[in-house]
Amino acid sequence: MSAAPDPATVDPAAAAGALALGDDALVLSHRLAEWTGHAPVLEEEVALANIALDLLGQARTLLSLVGDEDELAFLREERAFRNVQLVEQPNGDFAQTIARQLYFSVYQELLYGQLAAGGEAAPLAPLAAKAVKEVAYHRDHAEQWTLRLGDGTETSHARMRAGLDALWRYTGELFRPVEGLAVDWAGLEAAWLETVGGVLERATLTLPEGPRATGWSAGGGREGVHTEPFGRMLAEMQHLHRSHPGASW
Amino acid sequence: MSAEAEDAGRRTTAGSDGTEPNADVGAGAGPGAGSGAGVGHGASAGAGPRGADAGAGAATGDWPLWEVFVRSRRGLSHVHAGSLHAPDAAMALRNARDLYTRRQEGVSVWVVPSTAVTASSPDEKDPFFASAADKPYRHPTFYELPEGVRNL
Repeated sequence: MSAAPDPATVDPAAAAGALALGDDALVLSHRLAEWTGHAPVLEEEVALANIALDLLGQARTLLSLVGDEDELAFLREERAFRNVQLVEQPNGDFAQTIARQLYFSVYQELLYGQLAAGGEAAPLAPLAAKAVKEVAYHRDHAEQWTLRLGDGTETSHARMRAGLDALWRYTGELFRPVEGLAVDWAGLEAAWLETVGGVLERATLTLPEGPRATGWSAGGGREGVHTEPFGRMLAEMQHLHRSHPGASW
Repeated sequence: MSAEAEDAGRRTTAGSDGTEPNADVGAGAGPGAGSGAGVGHGASAGAGPRGADAGAGAATGDWPLWEVFVRSRRGLSHVHAGSLHAPDAAMALRNARDLYTRRQEGVSVWVVPSTAVTASSPDEKDPFFASAADKPYRHPTFYELPEGVRNL
């Protein structure tokens, strides 16, 4: 990447923060790209691919702050990834993909909003200020579909409900403090609950119940602990680069 | 917003009423190709291993067709860019953004239900258009355009 600052000039704490956010964006981008060729309708396929490309762009900028983006994306082992477990969860049906996107995009929009407000001195502020506009669109897309699926047919409501419930236990991890990010995590979580709850209410749904920030809920992605499907996703994502090192189009 | 959601809910019971694209609109090069591919794609995805059709509640065939108009710059008119399928107007606008403005083509987008377009018939081409051909005095070819005038 040409525009990115030299990784050597980024302080280690900021690099750790950039790695966590960059891995979030990279992994979710790959998951969304898996819909290509499989989306319910052509228009929706383009929408999901657009979101995936936005996230890939964010990942490239963030990982370039840490080191060589290709090495980081394609040559790290599973335990070296710092993304939250939410983004690595399989797509499931379309409703589950939308549930994952709603949870994550609301989080990302609020998080980038805080980082952007950090001012010029904050290393991630310029990226966050640019990305927050993209993410606002992702959130809107997920919101629109949540309203239609939740307040649609009996089947769509049940599937949206199931998608939201299945991913709920991965949402507590989003608000564990990340080294190098100056963020009001408690405020972030309160705003996230309010926003997601508001969308679900309009969609005739409610916030799921159940553990999301206890010993029984999921977490550990930021420490390199990942769920089983992530290994298979990485194998697919990395095999080309590992089989043909340095290959280019 | 809840009204839109209700529309989406009704869509499945409304059947294909009012969703048939205007034949003339669909016959244009861009829109025709786009809408045809959309229907075929939806049908094949529905039979795919993921059973993805159920998530959206209905295949594309049930979704009405919309015509998209994009204004590329301030001061210019909205120009027909193509067409797409969407369950309602709000989603049509978002799909239009994704399909037709992702390379900074526009500052404003309109979506119009294709059924709202009344088009001239190819059979009436001559009475409609041919008689203008031998009236060159109607063409603004006798003016000299000042330099710097664009988009005329």
